[in-house]
Amino acid sequence: MMQAVIQRVFLGIVLILGVIVLNFFLLQAAPGDVVDAMLAEAGGGDPELAARLRQSYGLDQPVYIQLIKYLGQVCIGDLGYSFYYDEPVATLILSHLPTTLMLTLSALILAVLFGTLFGVYAAIKPKGFFSNFVTVFSLFGYATPVFWLGMIVLLVFALYLPWFPAFGIRSIPEPDHPFDRALDIIHHLVLPTFTLAVLFLANYSRISRASMLDVLGADYIRTARTKGLSEPKVILKHALKNASLPVVTLAGLQLAQVFSGAVLVETVFSLPGVGPLLYESIVRRDFPVILGVLFGAATTTIVANIITDLVYKWMDPRIQSIT
Amino acid sequence: MISEATEFDPNNILTVKDLSVDFDVKGQSINILSKVNFGLKRGETVGIIGESGCGKSMTALALLRMVPSPPGKISNGEIFLNKKDIMSLSKREINRVRGREISMIFQEPMTALNPVYSIGNQLVETIQQHKPIDRASAMEEAIELLRSVQIPAPEKRISEYPYQLSGGMRQRIMIAMALVCNPQVLIADEPTTALDVTVQAQIFDLLKKIQNKNKTSIILITHDFGAVSEMADRVIVMYAGFKIEEGTLEEIRNSPIHPYTKGLLGSMLELKTDSAGFRERLPEIRGSVPDLLNRQAGCPFGPRCESATTRCLQMPPTFDLGDNRSVMCWLVENGEN
Repeated sequence: MMQAVIQRVFLGIVLILGVIVLNFFLLQAAPGDVVDAMLAEAGGGDPELAARLRQSYGLDQPVYIQLIKYLGQVCIGDLGYSFYYDEPVATLILSHLPTTLMLTLSALILAVLFGTLFGVYAAIKPKGFFSNFVTVFSLFGYATPVFWLGMIVLLVFALYLPWFPAFGIRSIPEPDHPFDRALDIIHHLVLPTFTLAVLFLANYSRISRASMLDVLGADYIRTARTKGLSEPKVILKHALKNASLPVVTLAGLQLAQVFSGAVLVETVFSLPGVGPLLYESIVRRDFPVILGVLFGAATTTIVANIITDLVYKWMDPRIQSIT
Repeated sequence: MISEATEFDPNNILTVKDLSVDFDVKGQSINILSKVNFGLKRGETVGIIGESGCGKSMTALALLRMVPSPPGKISNGEIFLNKKDIMSLSKREINRVRGREISMIFQEPMTALNPVYSIGNQLVETIQQHKPIDRASAMEEAIELLRSVQIPAPEKRISEYPYQLSGGMRQRIMIAMALVCNPQVLIADEPTTALDVTVQAQIFDLLKKIQNKNKTSIILITHDFGAVSEMADRVIVMYAGFKIEEGTLEEIRNSPIHPYTKGLLGSMLELKTDSAGFRERLPEIRGSVPDLLNRQAGCPFGPRCESATTRCLQMPPTFDLGDNRSVMCWLVENGEN
């Protein structure tokens, strides 16, 4: 077991290095670099200035030298300096990360909990109004573009009904008391979390409803009933654990995206998260930041996969080994 | 209480009166089980035999009020366990009958156990459902149960999962689970169909041993006359939701009356040779099971019956020949058969 995890971690490291190399070449293939972007912003400049700037950023060196240097840095935990912010990339990402994680993790947890609850309930009463509602709602959530829902939510709950702030993560000026400050942040996060959670939730209710319907027809459910177990016990113990296997798969996939998966929501609600940072860095050709964010995303994905496998193994004894 | 119209045989542990089950299919109500009557005595084995879809499994599920609903429902009938009216029990009370007084084992030992819980967990859960004992003693009891169904090294098996066991082993576990409270009635729904022949024999031996020890009454549901002759004292033959014939094993085997029963026995796999030494063709019942959605008037077996006459266009009543011998066929009306 432990050995399997270590093996996975080792493989993961190799994989991350591979991802870095790929990303590096991908960015080289994109037209323009940070100097082009800077000069374009500044309204132009002469080639001599461009050459000097490139030299100062080390961009005049051959690509393979740049790559080797970068890999060397990453191996000792240094993600380099942002061209644009002139700050260490790690610091930059870490300052944007809390917002993103608060948003994505709370949306994910809400979605898994309520989505599964809705789906299971709909499966137990497959002919009821609620079951039909879940089906329609799931289709809606599945088909709705996140930015559209975000804007509608903004219009309704921030503009027409001014219950929640429309943008940002903090009020200006900030409240003095730390507790009030926390409340203020939560207040700001309600709408974006709701938007993201609704879309996630649709998936979970759809999948858990289908999976629960499937499991409820299984022979072992009939066995559990003939043993004289009460209906709640049949559902909560015998059906739910089997039915939640697909939910775990989906949650694992989405857990992999918590790092940078909320670009659109963060943009709509102007949250200072990792998403907008990545987007702006791409526009500015700020390679170290882009590489840093992608590195973080790759690492999260691999960690999420390992966690998913462990949960899966814990839930289903038929899965022998996680390798 | 028992209605006055219901005759009640005090020797019976289980009495089933006019049991009917309907299924709702696309707004149309179809009759899966039609007024089935039978009784079960203490320590007796009754075999219910019939082809797929004849209602034999539905009878078993109905006894525990487990007809899948929707779409099905018990539309009529009475079920008495001793003097307890099963139909009038509350949900809580029926859960106390299930697994305690009436237990059930199923055809598919491969899928009848929950794959994500250990054998011990599923046994202990059943024990604790019916007895107020702590987990440790329940565990000991579970090991004893496994030993009683002849599972080798039960201490080791108890922590294993269903996927680690063979089909025969799983069926033994199912039996162990059914025996937790020494039920008065054990319903075995095709318990050996999915198992190979040697394992079948072992399972039957085990069931007989348990029956002798605990005086358990067994209802054996099967489509295999071989299994019935192995186990049963009495046989009920079902066709298209009707009980069409009932009698002791000898009566059914040696002097079947209903043409369907005759056909069923005739189509048993035996290698017969004719006088010239050629193998005879295996007889079959021609035609197929009627479509329950479009029932014809008259005898359900009529369209396939070689002895059918015009009076078979009317539904035959069940002729009671006394001593739990009955036939649903016009042939016995005038003593002809």
